[in-house]
Amino acid sequence: MLRPVEQTQEPIRLQPTRGFSRVLAPKELWRYRDLAGQIALRDITVRYRQTALGGAWAVLQPVGFMIVFSLIFGNVAGISSNGLPYPLFSLAALVPWTFFSTALLLGSDSLVSNSALVSKIYFPRIFMPAGIVVAGFVDLGISIVILLIVVLAWGYVPSIAILALPLLVAIAAAAALGAGAALSAINVRYRDVRYVVPFAIQMWLFLTPIVYPSSSIDEPWRTLSAVNPMVGVVEGFRWATLGTGNAPWDLIAISAVAAAVLFVAGLAYFDRVERAFADYV
Amino acid sequence: MPSDVTIETHELGKRYALGLARRGYGTLREALVEAARRPLRQGRNGGAGNTVDMLWALKDLSLTIRNGEVVGLIGHNGAGKSTLLKILSRITEPSAGHADVTGRVGSLLEVGTGFHPELTGRENIFLNGSILGMRRAEIRARFDEIVEFAEIERFLDTPVKRYSSGMSVRLAFAVAAHLEPEILLVDEVLAVGDAAFQRKSLGKMNEVAKEGRTVVFVSHNLAIIQALCTRGVLLERGEVIADAPIGEAIDGYLRTLERSASANLLERTDRDTRAYDETLVRKLEIHNPGGAPNVVVAGKPAMIVVDVTEELPAMECRLTIANSLGQPVCTLDSEVSAPLDVRENGLGPRIECEVAALPLLPGRYRIDVIVKAKRQIQDGLQAAAFFDVEPGLVGDRPTAGAGSEGNVVLPHVWRLPA
Repeated sequence: MLRPVEQTQEPIRLQPTRGFSRVLAPKELWRYRDLAGQIALRDITVRYRQTALGGAWAVLQPVGFMIVFSLIFGNVAGISSNGLPYPLFSLAALVPWTFFSTALLLGSDSLVSNSALVSKIYFPRIFMPAGIVVAGFVDLGISIVILLIVVLAWGYVPSIAILALPLLVAIAAAAALGAGAALSAINVRYRDVRYVVPFAIQMWLFLTPIVYPSSSIDEPWRTLSAVNPMVGVVEGFRWATLGTGNAPWDLIAISAVAAAVLFVAGLAYFDRVERAFADYV
Repeated sequence: MPSDVTIETHELGKRYALGLARRGYGTLREALVEAARRPLRQGRNGGAGNTVDMLWALKDLSLTIRNGEVVGLIGHNGAGKSTLLKILSRITEPSAGHADVTGRVGSLLEVGTGFHPELTGRENIFLNGSILGMRRAEIRARFDEIVEFAEIERFLDTPVKRYSSGMSVRLAFAVAAHLEPEILLVDEVLAVGDAAFQRKSLGKMNEVAKEGRTVVFVSHNLAIIQALCTRGVLLERGEVIADAPIGEAIDGYLRTLERSASANLLERTDRDTRAYDETLVRKLEIHNPGGAPNVVVAGKPAMIVVDVTEELPAMECRLTIANSLGQPVCTLDSEVSAPLDVRENGLGPRIECEVAALPLLPGRYRIDVIVKAKRQIQDGLQAAAFFDVEPGLVGDRPTAGAGSEGNVVLPHVWRLPA
């Protein structure tokens, strides 16, 4: 039954590592690329199979929030929506937000919930939070399509600005992976993190201009608020999908830098503690 | 390094902060409170309060394993066997020294590690294969063989959660069996699961060994180690104390076991890591009524006495008698209760177990003990005592002489033509 296999003759040296040599090891990540694909595929398949609603879930969440927010903040509280219909105004923001918050929530739990694997098999651990983010792209794709349908049905036509969407998604993904990886690593050490994360995400929702426009904030606070990477993403999504208003490039630029910092810092922290994961889980 | 060397470790060491072994993780709340207190405490005793006790689970371990060797790692609990395997399989990182590993490393794992119940058999084959280190193309090439080996053709597209346990085991093993590692690492503790899986695991190890691949194996079962391995490495407190042909290494291990059994049991450090330690086994002894300790006669009543440090509510005790090679012969478990059992408060810190007529063949045996209370394991010791069984009468018949196999004597009666 056993056949000879091609010899991988190069010895691998196992020794105490320093610095960021683990996450930033392209050779190593490439060697395990098939596993990365399988993990992302698993996360996608399971998410769609486990729930009775399947793919509808991706759409229901932002749409549900849109309805509630429109009733409360649009009608009752009468919050400004820059002259846009409140449902459109909030849905365009909720679509990227749902992607971000889901990736952050599931990502922060990804190492602990896979502890059976982490404690028994070697693979680059970053695949766990990264797989969650990649799986989130499927939900995001579906809900962007729904968003565009709603936008068109309302009589708005997206402009050429829609081409900025990939950039905005990249910013959100970088922020989600950076924060998710760091939280998942902290979660391995301190198990009460999982109770803190949902609460923190709810706070974050209101610190992001989702139910209100960022134009309602006075300068310089409006510009400064973009250190929250989701500010640029959310305002960018409105501009890119609704085809109205001025391009919020200032916010997007600041948020992109903030997301990059979060990404690097999160992975750096993850890398620092990764070597000890199996000793803790 | 020479081309026929597959594993070479150089002064390998692994250090754990003491106390981590029991429960690695804490809570953020505790850590914050601790962080807030630390400056205060440091101020009080001049910064000396910051030192954490460290334990070297492995120390200065230098080992060379050549292509095709089948090496058994033996030693007490906590001797560093599993830690060494974890480093070699890259699950954890060494704290000092280094190890060079040439060739693909594979492990036999507990059934279903890496299976996802919601995924179908087909999907799990790909997932589990890549978790074990197979390339996607490799899995595709072997796919039909794997399915055939597991005998699950009809259920390929059924979620694994609907599989019977037998089917899951077959599937898990089929994937593992088609992984072709150059180095196979097996930790018995991980390869638990049912007897069928263990048998298959052993068969697989044998096969890998015959192919001239390298196997490193950790087990408490010395009989299996002796049968499979050619070389034994005996570890004690993280250091190699013997590296020899398997027979010699096992003899060395048995000597260390007996030495530690005769010492004061409270001084032993190789206790069950799951234990709560509210009461500890102080002494364990077996004797015939009125007889000397640890020498008993086959067929006579025998009394096993476990002295513990503390009497706790709801105590339970589990004794496993194993032969000289560490193969379990029988288990006596108070949790499986019988009408004649006596349970009373205030009996003192002593547990007694009486065997009406000891049905063991003459020879040397050992007793492993686990003491529970409050539904938790309080203490556990392997080889808490060694004892010798002397020939006697079982069911009025002398215990069989030389040439008898096994360890157990049954009282029996023949009917034969004269």
